[in-house]
Amino acid sequence: MILIGLHLAIFLLYFERKGSALIQDRVGANRASITGLGKKFGIPNLGIVNTLLADPIKLFTKEDFVPAGADHFLHTLAPFVALFPVLITFVVIPFGDTITIGSRTFGLQAANLNAAALYLLATIGIGVYGVALGGWASNNRWALLGGIRATAQMISYEIAMGLAIIAIIMTYGTLDLQEMVRMQGGVWFGWLPRWGIFVEPIAFILLLTAGIAESKRVPFDLPEGESELILGYMIEYSGGKQAAFMLTDLAEQALIAMLLVTFFFGGWQVPWLYRDGFHLPGGLTIAVAPLLVSIAGIVAFLVKVVMVCIFMGLIRWTLPRFRYDQLMRLGWKILVPLGLANILITAFVVVVSGGAH
Amino acid sequence: MHTALFWFLAAVSVISALGVVLQRNPVHCLLSLIVTLLAIAVMFIGEGAIVVGFLQAIVYGGAIMVLFLFVIWLLNLGVEIGPTGHIALKFFGTLAVAAMTAELMAFMLPPHLEVKYAGHVAGYGSIDSLSQKLFSEYLVAFEVTSVLLLVAVIGAVALARRTSASEIAQNADDSARRAQGAS
Amino acid sequence: MVPLPHLMALSAAIFAIGVLGFLTRRNILVMFMSVELMLNAVNLAFVALGSRLGTMDGQVIVFFVMTVAAAEATVGLAIIISIFRGRETVQADDLTMLKW
Repeated sequence: MILIGLHLAIFLLYFERKGSALIQDRVGANRASITGLGKKFGIPNLGIVNTLLADPIKLFTKEDFVPAGADHFLHTLAPFVALFPVLITFVVIPFGDTITIGSRTFGLQAANLNAAALYLLATIGIGVYGVALGGWASNNRWALLGGIRATAQMISYEIAMGLAIIAIIMTYGTLDLQEMVRMQGGVWFGWLPRWGIFVEPIAFILLLTAGIAESKRVPFDLPEGESELILGYMIEYSGGKQAAFMLTDLAEQALIAMLLVTFFFGGWQVPWLYRDGFHLPGGLTIAVAPLLVSIAGIVAFLVKVVMVCIFMGLIRWTLPRFRYDQLMRLGWKILVPLGLANILITAFVVVVSGGAH
Repeated sequence: MHTALFWFLAAVSVISALGVVLQRNPVHCLLSLIVTLLAIAVMFIGEGAIVVGFLQAIVYGGAIMVLFLFVIWLLNLGVEIGPTGHIALKFFGTLAVAAMTAELMAFMLPPHLEVKYAGHVAGYGSIDSLSQKLFSEYLVAFEVTSVLLLVAVIGAVALARRTSASEIAQNADDSARRAQGAS
Repeated sequence: MVPLPHLMALSAAIFAIGVLGFLTRRNILVMFMSVELMLNAVNLAFVALGSRLGTMDGQVIVFFVMTVAAAEATVGLAIIISIFRGRETVQADDLTMLKW
């Protein structure tokens, strides 16, 4: 699961370079290639070599620099403190139902915690420290400013995120992510998939906004703010440690996409596909082998995650950056009250309808 | 909880607790404290208090400690130079703590304290059982706590706001943010 | 299963370290952190005893302790900030206005 997360992060890096170029009407990364293979065979160079091989090799062969007067130990520790919580969060995300190979049945979730939603909040909360320490330990004003901005931003938006997740927990009546996804199987009115987004649209908007802010992407990239703070908390980092910080952001984006898919887009559920096959709205039934159903679930999960990632990428390249006071006003005066109101409405509906979901 | 895990966590928490007390740089003290808190949170989970363990990580690790970090940054505290305080206080303080530790250990360690372990009922430590207790038996205490939090937020804003009129609005904003971040 | 005396001894040890820090350090912030250590040691004892007795009450009390600690940290840090504004120090020994 962590590997999937990392692969997605690499994909995002690729998408970030080529996709942004597409939107900004540029060509983007297209220089590196392995001995001109692409040119020789007439294959257009899509920059895959750049992002998959050349960028990491470049980053990891750079000098590992620690500025004078910096706190050596913390300076080295910070990127890993940032990366670790994000990576361990991937284990609770269910990427498929159970799969039966031969006579053995596997659950397609790396760790089945029954308090997974709380685990998420805890690991995301711990993730703040990597950035904060990175900024502080660099002994650089820009870095410290970036670190403070990042910490304040992540703490503020964590609350909006927590409120959204509370509403989701109330809707499904469970903390178990696998259980939530199972509940999103089936249909309403005979055709509409029972996905969370139709029940909790406000929570979706909250979680999307807070999630983008949490992963520090544009339009919430004030901690990095290239035009103001140069690179913020990453300014004094080079080589592998900077790669770890950048990987953290990308992996966090992949994580947020997975969470959105799990909570709101039915996780691994394929619309109208059940254990025994498709039951299409028109009454048509197509039988599918159980093994194929399981694999279709995994594929569906990945496709959905990639779609959400692309959507977040589009947001990234179309919106300008917020000002800091606007950021805080959005977080505290719009998202938090909205989240509280959403919890009230959800509680009311859950009580009136006499049960969860 | 597995015994090996317990010994590991015990070693981590005691060493980092000592780190809080012995280190000179407040940021390092704070980091040691965070490690202690997380080790204790894992112990909670190991003891079956799953929800409380995660809450410990969220509330203590994710909010209160960040508040401390902000204050250290705000006051721009550096490394303490040289020993501070009276040497006599340190001496007698250490003696008193040694005596207290000896007494506590003498009370805690004998096996007569061991309770007959009955085994947990299903759902022990889950959010259901916690909220059942919280919203029936402890409802009054729960409501009082919420009032306490409100008072704390107002008190923090009142204490931390500056008197100059231009800064009041901005500063009240800041401390409200910090206060809510903690709660 | 870890024996209860071990858990209680660990709780006592962390509590003692907290008291030691509170008595020997003069930086108000570090003293504050030592208080948090003591609170957590007691929390550990609550959870361990509650777990062995099979009741949830220990955990509910830990929940309340955490909430009160949050409130206490908020107000306490606000007090430290306002002290620092007036006196430019966080050393407890320098705060002698109430002493005669």
